[in-house]
Amino acid sequence: MERTIAGKTIAVNEEGYMTDFSQWDEKVGEALAAEANLTLTPRHWEVLKYLQTEHKNQVALSIRRVGKSGVVDIKEFYALFPNAPLKTATKVAGIPKPASCI
Amino acid sequence: MNENKGAIKKMMIILSKGTIENVYAAFVLANGARMEGIESEIFFTFFGLEAVHKKKLDSLRVATVGNPAMHIPTMIGGLPGMEALATTMMKKEMEKIDMPDVPEFLEILTASGVRMWACKLAFDMFHYKEEDLYEGVEKIITVGDFYKRSEGEGVHMLFI
Repeated sequence: MERTIAGKTIAVNEEGYMTDFSQWDEKVGEALAAEANLTLTPRHWEVLKYLQTEHKNQVALSIRRVGKSGVVDIKEFYALFPNAPLKTATKVAGIPKPASCI
Repeated sequence: MNENKGAIKKMMIILSKGTIENVYAAFVLANGARMEGIESEIFFTFFGLEAVHKKKLDSLRVATVGNPAMHIPTMIGGLPGMEALATTMMKKEMEKIDMPDVPEFLEILTASGVRMWACKLAFDMFHYKEEDLYEGVEKIITVGDFYKRSEGEGVHMLFI
């Protein structure tokens, strides 16, 4: 599937997650955040960059791992990305939805 | 079930057992709900209270007797040390799949906004003291209080 985000044609899956990270840029991230009713602050960006790095290193993401990252604790993660933080943050970051139960 | 296309808004989980596999089931379900943006609460009752008893929560065990899925014959499952052995093995497997231990899991639940309650009846029956309880437990409440908290659309209740 394809859709237009921030004026660019972007490949996404049926849940709206980007399927080609090379198409992601900060404008796209901001547009995706706005769709999730989020305004990105420098703290959000730190978390998003961390998630992208982990994804690049092929680390399986989970709430537990994010909490242990030293970048953000679980409580703040929920505060920054209310309602389903891992799902929302990965979507905004342009990386796949983690298949994690923890 | 028809309101909001049956969307789940809140999971009310009642944990009545203190065996580690049941405690994990409750914790994973409560945490999994929060990860999906669903509210969740746990009501600890009867043996489930051990999961929030400070001195007991780190030594919960798997049941080796009366559990056919363990594939350990009942007579052998009852031998001294079997529960401890099976529990150690299970904990090793859990660490491999990134499963936190009970104390860490409780911290994760608290940080994730899972609200936890202790059952007054069981609390009194087992002669617990308030200082025995893990700090994340907000209050000791009655069954009636728990039902009251469960009012509203899209609330589901689960007994473990």
